[in-house]
Amino acid sequence: MIISVASGKGGTGKTTISVNMALALGAGVELLDCDVEEPNAHLFLKPVIERSERVEVPVPLVDLKKCTFCRKCSDICRFNALAVVGKKVLVFQELCHSCGGCMAVCPEGAITETGRELGTVNFGARGDIRFINGQLRVGEAMSPPLIKRVRAEADLQLITIIDAPPGTSCPVIAAMNGADFILMVTEPTPFGLHDLKLAVEAVRLLGIPCGLVINRADIGDRKVFDYAESEKLPVLLTIPFDRRIAVAYSQGKNIVDEFPEWRERFGDLFRKIEAIIKDRGEAVSCAK
Amino acid sequence: MREIVIISGKGGTGKTSLTAAFASLAKNSVLCDADVDAADLHLLMQPEVRQRTDFMGGCKAIINKDLCTNCGTCIDLCRFGAISEQFQVDAIRCEGCGVCVDFCPVAAIDFPVQRCGEWYLSETRFGPMVHARLGIGEENSGKLVSLVRKEARQLAEKQGADLIITDGPPGIGCPVIASIGGATVLVIVVEPTVSGIHDMERVVDLAAHFKVPGMVCVNKFDLNIKMTEAIEQLALRRNVAVLGRVSFDPSFTRSMVEGKTLFEYGEPTATWQQVRDIWTHITSSPSMNTLGIVDLKSSIQ
Repeated sequence: MIISVASGKGGTGKTTISVNMALALGAGVELLDCDVEEPNAHLFLKPVIERSERVEVPVPLVDLKKCTFCRKCSDICRFNALAVVGKKVLVFQELCHSCGGCMAVCPEGAITETGRELGTVNFGARGDIRFINGQLRVGEAMSPPLIKRVRAEADLQLITIIDAPPGTSCPVIAAMNGADFILMVTEPTPFGLHDLKLAVEAVRLLGIPCGLVINRADIGDRKVFDYAESEKLPVLLTIPFDRRIAVAYSQGKNIVDEFPEWRERFGDLFRKIEAIIKDRGEAVSCAK
Repeated sequence: MREIVIISGKGGTGKTSLTAAFASLAKNSVLCDADVDAADLHLLMQPEVRQRTDFMGGCKAIINKDLCTNCGTCIDLCRFGAISEQFQVDAIRCEGCGVCVDFCPVAAIDFPVQRCGEWYLSETRFGPMVHARLGIGEENSGKLVSLVRKEARQLAEKQGADLIITDGPPGIGCPVIASIGGATVLVIVVEPTVSGIHDMERVVDLAAHFKVPGMVCVNKFDLNIKMTEAIEQLALRRNVAVLGRVSFDPSFTRSMVEGKTLFEYGEPTATWQQVRDIWTHITSSPSMNTLGIVDLKSSIQ
């Protein structure tokens, strides 16, 4: 079972919800931090990292001894990652999308592939909770291939909780596509609502059921609640603003550890999600 | 021409609320929203759109079933797993590389260019604004960011404005890289939390690559004074000027609910003075010299 925790707007509490739900469930859970640009889940889960792997994507390597400078490679490349200038072939690695078109089209077999470092994938655990995160190399622009790589490491026997990046563009899609449920974390403010609407549109594109957590539920206004009702999005948990929670968060402490009454609530949150996934027929789906 | 780009690394630290507050203090400036994938600045600026333009991004493959001979060449070549056994292209997985288009032996694959969003030239109560909306789930956010920044620059030149205030995206990936290249100065808004300082460090590393001068302000500083001090010390070690501290103040949310900037809501407060002082520090810094020449001495280390 894969639950992806997303939001649209940043800073609404995706990591908080992901980590606390994982802690409330304990054994049989894995947490995948797919916010590879700014991964934070490890700061709160505090896993022991057992190993790290460098992740590369293939980029072309041109053998100038074989090259006839026919320009077929630069012509096929839609990303302008290759340029033939006189008796030279320039490869702009950072523009390459690793489609392999240049290698396939080269009539001389002059193109092979080498790697560009995307970042690292780290594997670890906290107690019975399995943990994996991706860390984008600083300066690297493309996060989706690294997100897909982190997801490829998921153990399908476990309950997989994915901490997704903010926004509504390709990195978020990479973190949500193929999930069984999207848990949207929002706050009842104009920014929270606006970005939630965009994120829900993205979820509908994917046809995955979804539900809401409304964090800091008593700040702002009631429009997020009205929106949830009109769109028939189930509100699965509300968390009031509590300065003590904000201060604990700032120190890297978790709600379920500091305020034990929340352990049960995060467990309930999961059971509600589980019920919706099991009973998709009756449940309200985002894919209407 | 000078451009202040407001970024944070971590999302939700107050970039847009502070950008809007700065906009209401600035004179003769152009506003630019470079967070094209979850743009929010317009909710406070309520821009009147004067010009709307389609943003055309990459292409997507479409297989023409009438011509297709089911030979499977496209499936074999596609590295993104975007073509099904039934020869249907999954538009979400399609990367737009066109390899299938070029190698199809019967030219059965069309490759139409996609409308990936739109961008706007607008007027607000604080001056002109350039903003955009990237289509849901689209790629090419970096290209759209570069486009809105270029348009903001052209508009500023045309209108004789000498300052651009750009609200940047969170993270350190493609849209952020497109937001910070060539900026006069970065203003990094950090919250005093373990994740705030962690994400600031990564965005500072990124900015050091581009040799852009940077300054930092700590928002909601009173949630964790120790962490605030740690952030300021980190900033100084990396040659990032410390601009000041802003209190945790619910009036940011209250003003947002009314679609107003901090300075348009309620009576003057201590927070107003904090934000004013930060704005003064930004505008009077050596990096913001009137010629807009990049101040290498103050670039992030």
